[in-house]
Amino acid sequence: MSITFEKRLLTRNREHKLLEKLWRVPWVFVLLLIAVAGVGYVALYSAGSGNPDLYATKHALRFAFCLVMALCIGLIDIKVIYRLSWPLYGISLALLVLVAVRGQVGKGAQRWVDLGPIQLQPSEMMKIALVALLAAWFARATWKKIGNVFFLVPAMLLVFVPAGLIFRQPNLGTSLITVAVGGVMFWVAGVRWWKFGLAIGAAASAVPIVYANLRDYQRARISTFFDPENDPLGAGYNIIQSKIALGSGGIWGKGFLGGTQGHLNFLPEKQTDFIFTMIAEEFGFVGAMATLGLLMLVVLFCIYAGFMCKNHFGRLLCFGIGANYFFYIFVNIAMVTGSIPVGGVPLPLISHGGSAMLTVMLGFGLVMSAYVHRHADLGPARE
Amino acid sequence: MRLNPFSRKQKDRAVPGSMRGVKRDEEIRRTVFTRRAIMYGAVQLGLFGFLASRLYQLQVVEGNRFATLAEENRVSARLIGAPRGRITDRTGALVAGNRLNWRALLVAEQTADVHATLETFSRIIPLTDNERARVDRELRRRRRFVPTIVREFLSWEEMAHIEVNAPDLPGILIDVGTTRQYPEGENLAHMVGYVAPPSDRDLGSDPILQLPGARVGRAGVERFHENILRGRAGSVQLEVNATGRIIRELDRREGVPGQDIEISIDAELQRSVRGKIEDGTSVVIMNARNGELLAMASNPSFDPNIFNSGVSAAQWRQWTAGRSTPLINKATNGLYAPGSTFKMVVGLAGLEARVVGPGDRISCPGHLDFGDSRFHCWNRSGHGALDMRAAIKNSCDVYFYEVARRVGINRIAAMARRFGLGVDLEIDLPGVRRGLAPTREWREAQGKAWNIGDTIVHGIGQGFYLFTPLAICTMTARLATGRAVQPHLTRSIGGRPVRGGRPEDWPSLGIPDRDLRLQREAMWAAVNEAGGTASLAKLPGNLGMMSGKTGTTQVRRVTREQRERGFNVQNLPREWRPHALFVGYAPHDNPLYAVAVVVEHGTAGGAAAAPLARDVMVETFNRFRVIS
Repeated sequence: MSITFEKRLLTRNREHKLLEKLWRVPWVFVLLLIAVAGVGYVALYSAGSGNPDLYATKHALRFAFCLVMALCIGLIDIKVIYRLSWPLYGISLALLVLVAVRGQVGKGAQRWVDLGPIQLQPSEMMKIALVALLAAWFARATWKKIGNVFFLVPAMLLVFVPAGLIFRQPNLGTSLITVAVGGVMFWVAGVRWWKFGLAIGAAASAVPIVYANLRDYQRARISTFFDPENDPLGAGYNIIQSKIALGSGGIWGKGFLGGTQGHLNFLPEKQTDFIFTMIAEEFGFVGAMATLGLLMLVVLFCIYAGFMCKNHFGRLLCFGIGANYFFYIFVNIAMVTGSIPVGGVPLPLISHGGSAMLTVMLGFGLVMSAYVHRHADLGPARE
Repeated sequence: MRLNPFSRKQKDRAVPGSMRGVKRDEEIRRTVFTRRAIMYGAVQLGLFGFLASRLYQLQVVEGNRFATLAEENRVSARLIGAPRGRITDRTGALVAGNRLNWRALLVAEQTADVHATLETFSRIIPLTDNERARVDRELRRRRRFVPTIVREFLSWEEMAHIEVNAPDLPGILIDVGTTRQYPEGENLAHMVGYVAPPSDRDLGSDPILQLPGARVGRAGVERFHENILRGRAGSVQLEVNATGRIIRELDRREGVPGQDIEISIDAELQRSVRGKIEDGTSVVIMNARNGELLAMASNPSFDPNIFNSGVSAAQWRQWTAGRSTPLINKATNGLYAPGSTFKMVVGLAGLEARVVGPGDRISCPGHLDFGDSRFHCWNRSGHGALDMRAAIKNSCDVYFYEVARRVGINRIAAMARRFGLGVDLEIDLPGVRRGLAPTREWREAQGKAWNIGDTIVHGIGQGFYLFTPLAICTMTARLATGRAVQPHLTRSIGGRPVRGGRPEDWPSLGIPDRDLRLQREAMWAAVNEAGGTASLAKLPGNLGMMSGKTGTTQVRRVTREQRERGFNVQNLPREWRPHALFVGYAPHDNPLYAVAVVVEHGTAGGAAAAPLARDVMVETFNRFRVIS
């Protein structure tokens, strides 16, 4: 009975189809995203010292635009996205090359490409494109094919070529996240344990080479991470100030707009990379855990959406997008708590800044599409 | 586990092509995916758990520690000033000290509105526009927790007004600091110097200068020994709660006071010397044996206390306009031709080069003709045949024209440099001028040729020579002792004597004693023998005998027409009259003190400078008999 109902729906006119799709949009997920962005609005309102015009209003407008964009993407048929995965990857790679050739230089790194009204960070875009492409790559491969080295090596190149370009920018943090996201895709696609062991072994042996190619400031980050007190006014300043601000929040925090460290400007880049510290200082352990819980729900929904998908492309896509956002969260919060070296990774949807939000919401749009079209069939696996 | 995707058997069972195979394959993929996804999800949850544990560690377990750190952060360290070192003269009399100074400070971070506070303040104690501008400027360049001085030198009445209105004056606090005080005023200003507020460039160099009321030495000993006098700032770490109340002191590091400095000047002697001289005259008295300066007077002078509270534009104009230049120490920065006081140096150069013997006589007909030029002796009728002793005693010009002609300018310059003329003296004062002892090469570097006629003129200390009275006095001390003494002011730092106090600290000039003795004999004769040019410098009574030499240096060249018309310097306007110089030391047989006197436009060394030098020397003897 239900099957006939579904078939009847598919034959309905376009308008009804759209309504039906809207009905299937994961509104819980949308509410979650709005909640996260709301936390960002509150934090940015405080970072602007009570002046919404500084960061908060822009954040809200930007999020509204991105949410509409994500919903639109969510209504695009998953098959279309499946077919678009190669062009998307190609465009992203071209942008990466473009930025490497002539990009805007900011903070000692070539990361931005200026597209008139918006400045795009192709490395962010690349991660989404990479997820989509790897999902497509593995989606219709048979189990046997996944075990084939000649099938895996090109896929690895798809990961390492952009990762290398991002590393050269130089942007160590994003480059590592790109590799990690790629790794998660390989992992959930079912690549064998020992192959991962081999890759990790190879990566470990490459560490000295990578270290030799690091920029001075990147090495400084690593060395000050291991001994931040060594240089309390230099490169270690950010880590120490962030820990002090975060720790001094205590259990209940200093209250909204009451964070002394942030407002007296001891805390660096409080509206971007260190926004979580701002939240933790003003709302304490309780507020920080609540924010962390909210972020975890977003990631968990991506996993849930993946499980709900009938087609393999959708599953892998949801996992990859979720992993991308997860790595943002993990690296950023580990960074501000002094657990890993500072890497200039923002906390998208909460941090001020458009490029990361745009690409993250683009990804969530893909998740929505996968969820809306979770029953779609992309055909059988091919040899 | 019925369906094991990792076993080879099952993989083989997935036969491609057939519908059954595809289904099977899909099943395997899905099962593997589920298994891997759950593992991946578990890892993610574990990492979330790790982040949560980090937050717990930082915010709950170490929360109090970080809260304290945050508070410390907020207060930062407060600096404790260190008193500036004092300066005393050789008798221990204070010449630069510190005086209590009650002042009103403003701490920007303790008031919501800096301008409202200042507005209220100026209704209680009116502030001038200049003061307002200064406060605004300092507030802008200092950090918000560093206090800025609003008003210094408060009276008791003003302080009472501020205290009564304290609730309306958030951010204002009354504090006692110190200010520099110079009890001797203008008496020692040229040597001691003065202090002034630090410049923007100074501010970054030392945290102590951030403190309100900080002063930096700008001239004299205050500047030369700035680092010794300044001391180091201490710091105190205060635990302060959000309302600014001090709860306890966490850490305290006391500052290191600046070290006291004793200078070799005798303030009393300086005062009496300054009382004897007119504006434009400078006198230097030096311990001939070790180079200690005992008095160095240059009139007019200025009051260094004025710099402390800021110099008004009118005051500055008064100091800098006109010809009197009170801010300039003519003893170290005035440049004069040495005139006849230089003749001993020329004589020594001649003796060393063996172009003239001690007993060789040179005939003086009143002039020396060389080429087309005629060089006159001051004595138009001539001195007849003279040896070196008589030539110095009578200050014969022709004798030294001839010696200079024989020696050549470069050997004279080399001898001058050995006597501290035309070289940088190692004196502990900033900005002392070097002067000029020209050489042939120096002139040629200017693109001009050096003529023998130039050398002849330089034989009597005229021409390009430019020396400070300090350098001329140094020359005299070296003549008297044969040692390369350097003039200096510092006797001890922080109670420890500095090197240079003993005669043995100074190396010998390496000039044969016989040659030096001849100069000293001649100088003795100039003062003490009948007919000597410096007879007015003869010391009275039993003080011992002074040896010396006069000098008169033309400010303008005397033209032939003037000479023929019966030239008389007394008819010249004052600023065209020659400078009068005298150098000497006493006692002749055991030199203790060297003196140099330069009377600007004094007309004649023998008449104007020599008696002054005598009086100064008498005063010095009297004074040191009292001290020791």
